[in-house]
Amino acid sequence: MSAPTRPVADDRWGPLQHPKPNTGFSAGPILVVLRYVVLLMLAAVFILPFYIMIRNALATQPEITSFEWVWWPKEMQWQNFTNLFKTKEVNMGLGLRNSTLLAGCNLIFQTLFASMAGYALARIPFKGSGVVFSIILLTLMVPGAVTFVPSYVVISELGGVNTLWGVIVPGLFSAFSTFLFRQFYLDFPRDLEEAGRLDGLSYYGVYFRLLLPNSMGIMAALGVLSFINSWNAFLWPSIIGQSAETRTVQVVLSMFLTAQTINLPALFMGAVVAAAPLVIVFIFMQRFIVQGVRMSGIKG
Amino acid sequence: MAAVEIPGTIREVSVPWWKQTRWEATIAFCVFVAPMVIGLGVFTFLPIVWGLLISFSEARNTISIGNWVGLQNYRDVLSDPQFIRSLRTILIFAVFIVPLTFFFSLFLALLVNSVGFGKAFFRSVFFIPTAISYVVASVIWKMGIFSGVPSGFANMVLYWMGSNNVIAWIGETNPPYYWLVLVSVRLWLQVGFYMIIFIAGLQEIDQSLYEAAYVDGGKPGWTTFWTITFPLLRNTSIAVLLLNFIAAFQAYDEFVNILSGAGTSANLSLARPPLVYLRQVALDQQDYGRGSAGAFILTAIIIVITLVQGRIFGFGRKA
Repeated sequence: MSAPTRPVADDRWGPLQHPKPNTGFSAGPILVVLRYVVLLMLAAVFILPFYIMIRNALATQPEITSFEWVWWPKEMQWQNFTNLFKTKEVNMGLGLRNSTLLAGCNLIFQTLFASMAGYALARIPFKGSGVVFSIILLTLMVPGAVTFVPSYVVISELGGVNTLWGVIVPGLFSAFSTFLFRQFYLDFPRDLEEAGRLDGLSYYGVYFRLLLPNSMGIMAALGVLSFINSWNAFLWPSIIGQSAETRTVQVVLSMFLTAQTINLPALFMGAVVAAAPLVIVFIFMQRFIVQGVRMSGIKG
Repeated sequence: MAAVEIPGTIREVSVPWWKQTRWEATIAFCVFVAPMVIGLGVFTFLPIVWGLLISFSEARNTISIGNWVGLQNYRDVLSDPQFIRSLRTILIFAVFIVPLTFFFSLFLALLVNSVGFGKAFFRSVFFIPTAISYVVASVIWKMGIFSGVPSGFANMVLYWMGSNNVIAWIGETNPPYYWLVLVSVRLWLQVGFYMIIFIAGLQEIDQSLYEAAYVDGGKPGWTTFWTITFPLLRNTSIAVLLLNFIAAFQAYDEFVNILSGAGTSANLSLARPPLVYLRQVALDQQDYGRGSAGAFILTAIIIVITLVQGRIFGFGRKA
């Protein structure tokens, strides 16, 4: 017996059986060439911002502000990197630490809490289960960012302004992920679970020893999405974590961007430093990210 | 048949109450659901209830409830020309960004899906901006591409094309080029996300439909696109439109980072979206009552428009 390690929806689509593209367009040779030309042009446009960011991060200020476009810095200015971390007003190191903490907590706890709740709602017999599920779904009605004013009020009453827990904890509870995990566990083969129960496992044992190890695919998909989203979050960290010790890397970079004097190479190096961890995560985890995005398509 | 008693297999064991099946299930349910329910309770329901109460209170420089003023805060917000202006701003923004994202991401999905060699590469290239934050993108857009100096990339392109104009872009109000900056940055960041959703939708379409159409003389191309592909993408299209619209209405990051601060002649008053208005009322002016009232008005607007859109496009109907 093999338990699904991927969301079941994927298995339903099955492998593509037809080598033909499925848009229904036939492809004459001219059309194929044309498609590649358009694709390459669009790809160039999409890569352009990355190019400009990296060029500026490794150039000197005169090269950036030159009236003639400098395609690539004459000598790559690696010291821009060390200069960035030496700039006192811009505490990039602390920002990176805070963002790592924020995104790490989201990666682990947001998925864990959602999967625990999803498992209970899907599998543990309890009379009030439907009511609990409806209450959780109700929170999906309210657009998250809009309620930041009431949330700010509650967090400040709880003493969370300018603390790291105030930045991190309120974002760890995702009703939508709970919904997705419930769907996933509903489709999970019952036999495996029942075999475990018969062998004397408690509900905790079934979850931690059977279901959790077998749901690593969906855990990775939703976990990496919450990692990316929390690393890139700006609104909440910028209002709740304004003090020097609690700024995330996005808040630090934003303050650098809107500061009075601008050191362009350091600013762009800051952008590279803020973006690089995610680009690396993205390249290695793309399969899971694609899966996660497909699942969020259900939301509409 | 007589019951056969096999010694040693069936024993009377006194099971403690927490291990009896019914109780065991109840306790386990509560334990598993507890973090989520408590978390949502404290960080979602409590703010909503507290915010609702504070929106009926006079709460300047205080976050306590009780100084009831009825609907005064709601009247104040709705009669504030700044708030009305912020709604107009975000509507203009949505009118540009939603259709542009829709068509562009559908176009990319079809294009990427129609080629064999290099498919994964192109998909990654269009998708990877999803990993970039609005703050990072704002740095590139504001100081790299659309900086209003001759060395900015956009002005450089104009120069290569033979124009000696130096356009301020972000500071330019006539024509309002700052919209080009704001719309293009969001387009770059989100179009790959919706492209992936469209590709998933395309892969769900049954291949045999195209074969059947072919046998019946339906020429592959525009005909099959309009008669098969597009109608079968209906649910995906609705999902893309609604997600995109809700996200656009909550735009904040790029407006704040591109339009405010030094380095440009522009400022936030050019285009102030509702969330910036709320932050200024609630956090800068410390009027939590009015800020909460505004938050609920905005929530109501988003829910109503979402439901109306859903109605128009027939949400939930089978494709």
